[in-house]
Formats: sequence, C-alpha cells, structure tokens
Amino acid sequence: MSIQSTRKDLLIMAVFTLAVLTMPIWLDPIGAAYPDLLQKFAIFGIFAIGFNILFGLTGYLSFGHAVFLGVGSYSAVWSFKLLTMNVIPAVIAGTLIAGVFAVVIGFLCLRRSGIYFSILTLAFAQMSYNMAYSVLTPITNGETGLQLTQNDPRIFDAAAETTGLPITELFGMKLSGYPGFYFCAVLLIISFFISLRIFRSPFGLKLRAIKSNQVRMNYTGFNTRPYLLAAFVISGMYAGLAGSLMAVTDPLAGAERMQWTASGEVVLMTILGGVGTLIGPLLGAGLIKYFENIFSSYNEQVLHEIFSFLPDLFENIMVFVVNPFVGEGWHLTLGALFMVIVIFLPGGIMEGWTRLIGLFTKDRSKPDNNTPASAKAQTSEG
Amino acid sequence: MDAIVIQILNGLDKGGAYALIALGLTLAFGTLGIVNFAHGALFMMGAFCAVTVQKLLTISARVRDMSVTFFEAYKETPYLELWWGDTGTTIIEYSVPLSILIAIPVMALVGVVMERGLIRFFYKRTHAEQILVTFGLAIVIQEIIRHFFGANPIPQAIPEIVSGSANVGTMLGLSDTLVYPWWRLIYFCFATVVIGGVFAFLQYTTYGMVVRAGMADRDTVGLLGINIQRRFTIVFALAAVVAGLAGVMYTPVLPPDYHMGMDFLVLSFVVVVVGGMGSLPGAVAAGFLLGILQSFASMNEIKQFLPGIDQIIIYLVAVVIILVRPRGLMGRKGVMES
Repeated sequence: MSIQSTRKDLLIMAVFTLAVLTMPIWLDPIGAAYPDLLQKFAIFGIFAIGFNILFGLTGYLSFGHAVFLGVGSYSAVWSFKLLTMNVIPAVIAGTLIAGVFAVVIGFLCLRRSGIYFSILTLAFAQMSYNMAYSVLTPITNGETGLQLTQNDPRIFDAAAETTGLPITELFGMKLSGYPGFYFCAVLLIISFFISLRIFRSPFGLKLRAIKSNQVRMNYTGFNTRPYLLAAFVISGMYAGLAGSLMAVTDPLAGAERMQWTASGEVVLMTILGGVGTLIGPLLGAGLIKYFENIFSSYNEQVLHEIFSFLPDLFENIMVFVVNPFVGEGWHLTLGALFMVIVIFLPGGIMEGWTRLIGLFTKDRSKPDNNTPASAKAQTSEG
Repeated sequence: MDAIVIQILNGLDKGGAYALIALGLTLAFGTLGIVNFAHGALFMMGAFCAVTVQKLLTISARVRDMSVTFFEAYKETPYLELWWGDTGTTIIEYSVPLSILIAIPVMALVGVVMERGLIRFFYKRTHAEQILVTFGLAIVIQEIIRHFFGANPIPQAIPEIVSGSANVGTMLGLSDTLVYPWWRLIYFCFATVVIGGVFAFLQYTTYGMVVRAGMADRDTVGLLGINIQRRFTIVFALAAVVAGLAGVMYTPVLPPDYHMGMDFLVLSFVVVVVGGMGSLPGAVAAGFLLGILQSFASMNEIKQFLPGIDQIIIYLVAVVIILVRPRGLMGRKGVMES
C-alpha cells in the first residue's frame, strides 16, 4: 500500500513538473503562453496552494490572507532596495517575514473558530491595510506604492554602475520574461511538492481530523492549536512567497494587494478549483487568471466580430446580453460563476470531474457510485 | 466641552448608519441563522434607489435659453420644471426624502426575492458556505450597479431648507461656535425612529412576538402550527428595507458609489460581533458606540498621541472583544461562544 502510494505520488510529481515546465508550449494554442500571464499562473498557484493548506485541510476560512501577500511584497522590495537585486534574499525575506506575521496573527485569531475566526482575520487584514495607507507610510510609501529608485543603498551591488532602474536578477541572469517564469515555476513545483507531502503526512491527517471534528480530536488528547497554528503559518508563508514573487516579476508593492477583496479572490480560486484537493486550487487560480485576461480584453467591437456570423438582429442581441459580462464587467462573471459553484458544486471543478468520471464508469463498479461520491471528492487526491 | 460634544455628534450619524446595517444583519442572523455578506450590497442598493429617483425626476429637455440673446443657446431643463414650474423644482429638491417611498417597496421585494431565491437553500449549510455564496452575490450586485451607474460617486442634493448647519451650541446652552450640519442631525433622528420602529414592531405586536418566539425556539413555534418560515422571510425583507433606508438617507452625507456596500459591510460585521451575535439591542448600542469611538479617535489631540489610531480603532476593539468576551457586549450566554 505505502509503496504503491509513494509510486503514485512520484508519478504525480513527475507529471506535474513536466506539465508546469512545458506550460509555454501547451498553453500556446489558447493564447496564454506569454511570460506575464504564465508568471501570474505560477504566483497565484502558489498563493492558492498555500491557502488550501489552511482552508482545505482544517476548514478555517481566513478572509485576511492577502495581508501576507502584501507583507511578502513589501519585504521583497525592501530587500531589493537595501541589499541586492538578487532575488534569493528577497524571496527568503518575503517568506520569513510573512511567516512572522502569520505567527502573531495566527496565535490571536486561532483562539476562535468558525465565523469569529473569519472576522478576526478580516479585522487584522483591514487594520494592516489601513495602517499601510496611513501610519506606516515611511515603510510602505502609502498610496504611491513602494518602488525602486536609483539612489537606493543596495549594499551588495554597490559596485555595479547602471543607468535607469535595475532589474531583478538571479546571479547575473535577468529575471524578466521567460527566465522570470521559470524561476516562479521552479518555486511552484517545490511548493506543490511540500503541499503533497503535507497532504500525505500524519500532520495533514491531523489537520483533516480537526476539520471533521475538532471536539473529538480534543477529547482523544490532542492539543489541536499547535497544529492549527502550524498550518496557518505554513499557509501564510506560501502567501508571503507568492507576494515576494510578485515583487520579483515587477518590483513594486502597493497596499491594494492587502485589501480584503484580494483575500476574497484567493478564496474564489480555491473554491472554484476544489477545496481540499491537491491540484484544484492551482486549476482555480489558473482559470481565474486566464479568463480575467481574456475577458477583460473584450469590448463591444470584439464582441461584434465574434457574433458576426449571426444575423444582424441576433448579433446585436447577443452583444447586448454578453457585453455586461466582459471587459470591465469581468468581475460580474466571476461573482456569478462563484455563486453557481458554491450552490451546485461545492467541491469545485475537481468534484465535477469526479462526478463525470463516475458517470462513465457506472456500469463497471456499481456499489462505489451509489455512495454519495460528491462529499467524498474532497478527500480524494488530485 | 465643545470639542467633546462635537465629537459625539460627529459619531452619531455614522453610528446611526452602522447601527441600522448591523440591526439588519442581526435580524437575518437571529431569525434565519444566515451570515449575510450581501447586506452591505443592500445598503448600497438603497443608496442607488435615491440616485435612480433623482435621475428620473431630472429627465430633461433641451429648451432655448432666453437669457442669452446673442446666439441660440440651449440648456437642459427637467420636464418637471417645465410642466409645474416652481412645484417641480421643489419636488426635485426633495428627491432624497421622496426616494424613501420608492425604496421601501423596492427593497422589500429585493429582500423577499433574495431570501426565497437563494438564502433558503443555505439554511443547512455551514457558515463558511453562507459567507461565500453571499459574498458572490455581493460582487454580482456591485458589478451590476457599476455597469448601470459607472464607477464614480454620484453626489445627491438635499433640500435647501436643511442644507445649512444647525446651531447646536445655542440649543444646548453651550457656546455659539458649536454648529453641526442639519442633514446629519436628521440622519441621526431618522435612524433612531427606524430603530425604534423595528423594536416596537418586534416588542408590541403579536406578529413580532411570534417572530421573537421563533428566534428563541423555532421548532416549538413550528409545532404550534405557525408558518414561522413565512414570518422569517418577511423579517428578512424588513432587514433589507432597514438597510435600504439607511442607504437612501446616507447619500447626501457620502456620495454613493458601487463599492460603498463592501466598505460598510466589514465595519457592520465588526459592529455585530462587538454587540453580540444575535442580540438586537447589542447591535444598535455597538453601532452608536463604535461610531462615537471612531470620531473621538480622529481628534487631533488623540492622533498626536497615537498616530493612525482613527483608522484601526474599530477593528482593535473588535479583536479585543472577540478574544476576551466572544459573546459581545449584550450577547446571550451560550449563543455563539465557541
């Protein structure tokens, strides 16, 4: 059993690595193979994977996860400003400082569960966001956002004389465009591997047990809080990593990254893909970023071209109907889609997939499919 | 003394808005057990009722401007003014108070549709799922509003007669320099009346009594042969109306834009938690209390001492309350204390 599952995990990892690294090739036909978007896939993938470790495994819904994203970004940009343009210290700083924040916030918030936990995290997020705009302006540069300037100290690259703003680099390799994507991709693969290990470990099992019945966990003699805190900190560090990668691909940090609607976005991604599944959050992140990109570029003219095969009257009707959903109205599509998912398919895309498979394999294994497969989809592997 | 009074007054109008929204949230939570993240959107819809009414009243025609004699100049004049002269102008001036009449049926309808169409499928689901679906709904409502009204705040006019400031100082026998905008005073009084109305409805009518009984023990009331579900739906509609009214009257204070709902939602949730989940008097008291607290925190003397405190005071209070006394100021013992 254990050998088998290890083999299966190895297979998953191999396929995943291959899929991520070849993304520029197989995403080309759908027009998504350019560095900016690919970087976003990887970054938000990491963010969603991390969020899933908390929400998917323990069921604690945090509405303030964007704080860690913002903290990671700020730390990374400060590392670029003060230390060096090399990305390694920036990524480490972003992850660690976000981790410290997560320890403090998690320690306080995890004293309550359910809706109180959500509101506590929300309150901390709003506090951080408001403070980034007001008191902490010396650190965050307020509404302008934190940017690189030419006369930053950068004590380790003082020798390099450059004109114009420096570019982030990894030991001399400029991290913009595809190299930037591959850097993010490698970190995504590592993050995914860690998440896979957590899912398979006794630690992950304990987190799942907390989700299903925390009281019983307590009665069996487990002190659940250290486990919860560990999960919270890990997922906060994932968010910090994602935030620092945002700064790596574009060295700029603004407080709007910490707004609670940004926290809402990662919740949307996770739910859309499938809460508690390995690969679901990644799918959700990818889909949302992809469609955001595609849909928000549409406008009325493009729509007229798309529907030009229809007779004029129908063309106009279709354009009229679809227009509110694209371009600036992309969020409308997102909100509606999200509602549909929560109402009809709480397990997200992964649940839909399992159900689909169930439909086709019905005649072969009947007893399995008569159990309420939908609920179990959450615990099945990605 | 003056400074203190003026800060209390400043807090009262904002506190009134918080209290009204939190009251609606608590009603929905106490009756249906629903955590409604779309409640801020209802507040915003109320505000946009006022915008719509104003737009309708000021539908204009281009007429020749007779005061310009050099060339043919045209200006936009509302039809109401053309038809009824000064009466029309007065009606337009009073568009915000008039919108209340429109907002009540509209918001009641919205509330019923929302409850029957969506919320009732979520009674049995977890709080997290309720939050998620209503959050989605809030996004949808917000984006629809943006599609029709644009992204910019739309200022609302108020009747000439209350546009100035009240000389509160003279009224209270303090110094003459103490003045306060009339509209904000009206808002506070309006909030008090609405809150009083809701409480009177729940306390002194048979209908309200049954609703309260249902809040305490839904199953027993159901066993007595009362259709408690219908009453709860109506209470939900009532909550929507209260939020809508809060929005309508708040438009002159804060020009409505499409994300005002989200801004107020987070604060109102905090207010509900501070007051105690499910406690109506708690929600109202906490609303006013936090409004006043916030206005005190934005005094210069305090800001010098603790910079930035005005931005975070409400959240700070909420964090302390949840950690120390999770049932809030007036919550019942044992309700939502985990």
